[in-house]
Order: sequence, then C-alpha cells, then structure tokens
Amino acid sequence: MTFVLQNIVDAISLGALYALTALGIGLIFGIMRLINFAHGELIMLGAYALFFTFGMHEAIMGLVAMALVIVAAIVMERVAFRPLRRANPATLLIASFALAYFLQHLVLLIFGARPKSVTFLYELSEYFVVEGLRIPKLQVVTIAITIVLLVGLVVFFRRSSIGTQMRAAAEDFGMARLVGVRANSVIAIAFLLSGVLAGIISLLYVVQTGTLTPRMGVSLVLVAFVATVIGGMGSLVGAAVGGLVVGVLTVALQAVLTVELRPYRDAFVFAVLIGFLLVRPQGLLRGRSARERI
Amino acid sequence: MVGRVEKTARLIWPVLSLALVLVVLAALLSLGPMPLQRTATEAFIRLIVVIGLYIFIGNSGILSFGHVSFMAIGAYGSALLTIPPNMKKIVLDLPPFLTALQLPTIPAALIAGTLSTVFAFVIGVPLMRLSGISAAMGTFASLAIVYVVISNWKEVTGGASALIGLPVYTDIWVALIYALLALGLAYAYQESRYGRRLRASRENEVAALATGINVRRERLIAFVFSAFIVGFGGVLHAHFIGVLSSSSFYLDVTFITLAMLVIGGMNSLAGAVTGTIVVSVLGELLRLIEAGFDIGTLHLAAPRGLREVGLSFLMLMILLFRPQGLTSGREIAWPLAPKAG
Repeated sequence: MTFVLQNIVDAISLGALYALTALGIGLIFGIMRLINFAHGELIMLGAYALFFTFGMHEAIMGLVAMALVIVAAIVMERVAFRPLRRANPATLLIASFALAYFLQHLVLLIFGARPKSVTFLYELSEYFVVEGLRIPKLQVVTIAITIVLLVGLVVFFRRSSIGTQMRAAAEDFGMARLVGVRANSVIAIAFLLSGVLAGIISLLYVVQTGTLTPRMGVSLVLVAFVATVIGGMGSLVGAAVGGLVVGVLTVALQAVLTVELRPYRDAFVFAVLIGFLLVRPQGLLRGRSARERI
Repeated sequence: MVGRVEKTARLIWPVLSLALVLVVLAALLSLGPMPLQRTATEAFIRLIVVIGLYIFIGNSGILSFGHVSFMAIGAYGSALLTIPPNMKKIVLDLPPFLTALQLPTIPAALIAGTLSTVFAFVIGVPLMRLSGISAAMGTFASLAIVYVVISNWKEVTGGASALIGLPVYTDIWVALIYALLALGLAYAYQESRYGRRLRASRENEVAALATGINVRRERLIAFVFSAFIVGFGGVLHAHFIGVLSSSSFYLDVTFITLAMLVIGGMNSLAGAVTGTIVVSVLGELLRLIEAGFDIGTLHLAAPRGLREVGLSFLMLMILLFRPQGLTSGREIAWPLAPKAG
C-alpha cells in the first residue's frame, strides 16, 4: 500500500513538473504553431543564473534567475521568431532547434561542459513522513505551485482582456487580427508567460537535482513535447493534462517494468507518443487550432 | 542531332556539375596532409547522409528528425557483420551463428543498408500517414526509440560502452565514390515520375491528391529510398571511425545534417551539396581556431564550443535572411544556351 501511495505521490509531482514545461510549450504552439525547442534552454539559462549568483541571498538568486529567463524569452521572440512569423512551421521548428543549439553551446563556451552544482533552497529537499510515506517538501511545493499557476492562467485567459485576445489568436490568428487583436503584443505576452513558467521550472529543477549542465533542458523539453502531443496540440488544458499523464506513465512504467526492461522506459514513452499521433492525433483534448487548414 | 545532345546535356548538367565539383575537391584535398584528408572524408560521408535526407525532406517537404536512426542501424548492422568473431565473443552476447559470421565489407554494407531500408519501411507505413508537425514529431520519436534501444542493448550493441574492432576502410576515395553514387541516385529519383509526383505533393498536397497522386505511397517510397542512402552513410561512418558509440547517433548529428540541408537550401540537390560544403569548411575553420594557433610565443585558442556556436548562429542568420537557403532551392542550370521556351 505504501509502495502504491509513494508512487502516486511521485507520479503527481513529476507530472506537475512536466505539466508546467508542457504549458510553456503549448502556450506558444497554440498561438504561433511553433514548437519551441529552445524552451528547454530557457530553463537551463535560469539554472545557470542561479549558479552565477550563488552566494547571494536566496531571494535575490531566485529573482535574478526569473528576470533573466523572462528577458531571454522576450528577446528570443523579438530577434529570432518575429522575422519568421510568416514562415512555415517546418522553418520555425528548425529555427528553434538552431536557437536551442546556439544557447546550449554559448553556455558551454562560457561555463564549460562539466556539470556544476548549486544548492538552492536546501530546506525544500527535506521530507515529511506521514505513516511511512516519505513526501519531500519539494513535491508538495511543486504541486502547489502548479495548481496556483494553472488556476492563475485559467483566470487570466477567461477574465482579462489580453487573455481573451490570446484565446482568440490561438483559435484563428488571421481572424483575430482582423478584429483588432494586436499580433505583436499577443505573441510577446505569450513568450513572457512561457518565460515565467520556464523560470519557475528552473528554480524547482535546481532545488531537486542541484546539478546543471548545458544540456539539462533537452530531456525536459522532449518529455514536454510528448505531453503536448498526448494532451492535444494547441490546447492549454490539454498540455497540462498531457504533462500529468506523461508523469504518471513514467512512474508507472518505472514501477511495472522488469529490471531488464527498465532502461528502455523512455522508448516506451515515445512509443506511446507515436501511438497517439496515429490513433488520436488530436490528443486527449482537442485544441481548436489543431485542425489542418487548407 | 545537336538538339538532342544539348537536351541531354541540359538534363544531366545539374548533377554532372555537382559531381565535377566533388571530384575536383577530392583530388585537391587528397594531396593535403592526413588530418585534412580525414576532414574531407568525414565531409563526404556527411554529404551522403545529407543527400539521403534531401531525397525525403527536399522532395516531400516534410521534416524528418528520424533519419539518423537509419544511420545508426546501418552502422551497427555493418559492425556486427564485419567485426572478427573472437572479438565479438568477448564484448557482445550474440546468437552463435551471428558471432561466427564475418562477411567481406561490401556484402556487409549492402545487408546493413537493406536493414535500414526494411526498418524505414516498417516505421514508414504508419508514419507516412502523418503530415507537417505531426510527421516531424513522429520521426523524432522513432529516433529517440532507436537511440534508447541502442544505448541499452548490451548484448548486441555493447550498450553504453563503445563498440570496437571494426575494419577501417573508408578513405577519401571510397567516400567520394559512394557520395557520387548517392548524388546520381538522388538526381535520378528526383527526375523520375515518382520524384515529380512527390514534388507536386510538396507544392500543394490537396491539388496533388486531386490529380490522383497517392501521396502517402509516394512519401513512403522516398522515405524508404532515403533510408537506404542514409544507412549507407552510417556504414561508411562506422568504417571510417572504427569505433561506435550510441551517442554519436542522436541529436548532434541530426542537428548538423539538418543544418547542412537547410543552409544550402532544402529544395534542391545543389542545396544539399552546397550546404554540406559550406558547413564543413566553416566547421573546420572554427575547429582550427578552437585548436588555437601561435603568434610568436603566444598561443591563442578559443574555448570549446565555438564551432557549434558559430554554426548555429550562421544557421539562424540564414534562416532569417535567406529562408530558402543559399541556393534558394534552384539547381545549377546549363550555362551555354539561352533558356528553352
């Protein structure tokens, strides 16, 4: 029983982390039809900002990291993606791939390839012990933050004017522009929000692992791709649900697979992705923008 | 008579001119010192892979992030067929007949290439139903699966440790000959009815479907054919380096080969060749700067990573300012005559 509960707690907190990453990617995809490979590098930049400011007050470290990630996200949009807005999705995809590669190696150039370590908010790695169940404080914090952010985003999208405009743009960008939605501000705000999400993930991720490498964002972002496809490309709630599903799937596979098969866990996750693409390409929750337009 | 000669010349000139460039380059570079020759050989092997990528991506307009998996299968396939049995017995745990098997290099290469082709067919049948971003994601997922399997299947691939003992036979001339073959095959395909049908579907999928083109089938043909060429690139790579590790068949190669294709211009064979040459030359220059040089007693060296930073920066610039690539998707036209009406 404890084993099952432990796994459920692990699954939810891992799923929450994935959901946040997937949300950042899904947000941009919905509006621009861009799968942003470089989102992982935003997370990586945040982590290196923590490394760079290490030794200062932890609040300052966190603020600097968040600020850097948000600025990087906005600059990324302005410099690399805005000129390509009319390009086809394939070109955009390659551009984000190149940008990700560029940022990874820029950091490698400056800080070297060797993993760095940072202690940040060490208190969070302690455990609550409840009836034999070990619940890291970090997991509780991760889940709480995810819920707060999700609720916040939903309120933002439903209640605020700019949120409504963003939903309109995600549904039909051309039409939204015709009725007066300003493309530049909508997209800039989408990137700002994805920057906020990436920044928060940096902080959570560093607390959890404590190590950073220039490549650290890659695996997270790959998982998030799987999540956005499973949840439904172009649907925000779908992205969050997809993230949760992938988290649960990963932990479940880890628990169920035999020792010989366990190293192949990620192969199973990607096989599920292919299965979804073939059988239910619209994902669990269909985003309205996801249909192919002629 | 003259008309017919000129017609033929005009037809084969786009590929002939590229072949001539490659032969001249190889002849010049083969006179150079050994490290330069090795760089050139590596570039020719990359070219084979990029040509393979072009056959699918260029003609179909669909992005594939999965072709490096064919390279991996070609490389490991050929390795298993050519490593001496006593060496296999130590590092791997294969079925007895496979352990005992040691083939000459060319049959091994053909079998390995066929293995990639069969794999491409198996994953292509479902994946070619997808278009656009879904297809890109699907092919990427297949690459990820192959990578995970190769990195962990200790009995067959050696898992995380490198596989050694491959006969090394790829030199600059071998690489050149296979590159020329790939070039000729790619051009023949692109000018064939299959190639033209697929290009029609690239320009307008709905219109192509409406004229009776079975888009899914044409894509599958290109996918499988390109897998054979890319698989061969993997074989040559394996027998150039002599050591295989799974990490050399993942995101880095995917990035660099896609970069070559996109920088050159992904809609033409000339683009594939141009991109490979430009990126290889630039990469080599950046590598030299990275390695450092001496001015008097001063040793100047750039930090590691400069090459990748430079390449990805160049790629971004080209995407921003010349989204169709250096060749803008054009082939090299026959220079002598005025354009035919």
